Amino acid sequence: MREPTFTGYRRPVDVGRTEPARGHVPGESGLWALVLGDMVAFGALFGVFLLARQDDPAAFAISRDELNQTIGAVNLLVLLVSSLLVVFGVRCMRADARQAAARYFGGAVAAGVLFLVIKSLEYAQKIDAGLDPGTNDFFMYYYATTGLHAAHVALGIAGLLIVRAVAKRPEPKPGDQRLVEIGATFWHMVDFLWVLIFPLVYLAS
Amino acid sequence: MTAAGLLRSRPSIVWAALFLASLLSFWLGTDHGFSGEDGRRLGTSIVLGVAFLKVRWIGLDFMELRHAPLPLRLTFELWCAGVACAVIALYLAG
Repeated sequence: MREPTFTGYRRPVDVGRTEPARGHVPGESGLWALVLGDMVAFGALFGVFLLARQDDPAAFAISRDELNQTIGAVNLLVLLVSSLLVVFGVRCMRADARQAAARYFGGAVAAGVLFLVIKSLEYAQKIDAGLDPGTNDFFMYYYATTGLHAAHVALGIAGLLIVRAVAKRPEPKPGDQRLVEIGATFWHMVDFLWVLIFPLVYLAS
Repeated sequence: MTAAGLLRSRPSIVWAALFLASLLSFWLGTDHGFSGEDGRRLGTSIVLGVAFLKVRWIGLDFMELRHAPLPLRLTFELWCAGVACAVIALYLAG
């Protein structure tokens, strides 16, 4: 099997070592305005949630016990796996191993869809149990925070589908790597937001 | 060959650390780690702190901020540090 080659280098390189050049902005600057803006918005949401908890800590503690922590933890691992697949895809793209990259991005899309399926089942369980956004402040914030995150997951899946199509196209274009990094960066943000939402909402309340 | 190279790469090692940290956090956060009210608050504070450390790792090694221009990397790291302090302080105040 031929070793993938890294564009611009004559000798074959280990695909695991295809790191960006120092000073490289992942994706593009405009994307980072969006990512940092989202980070600030979610940071504010976390703060508001914890301030609301101070008003009624007992209700928040009881409500937290109604959540299924195992479901939240499984979704944490699902997104963590998807993030690693995206990292592999980005590195394969850099090494011109585009078919392998497309497979990794496809795997990440599948993991994203699995996350949403699990989340939908969790919402259905809660609503069946009569726990909706109007139940109390905890559940209002639970649905707002996890719903906003789920919307980001859906957007991230759409981005990864574009990234996968870019990796699969027969004629590579100069901006392909940039597009791939944009989709990847957004997806990693989706992952790390759940890394924070899970302990905050499912464990700390 | 390609997969073996990827599995030996730094992000894979970081991923394994994130996985283990997630398991530890789940164990601590589901009332197994510490007993008593103070113990639970300490355990949850640790879980929250570890979560922000995990985010920092995801930023540096998955989002490739380790190689990014310093202002971008610093902005990300300052957000992690600042929001971590605020979240833990607000949790403990509740």
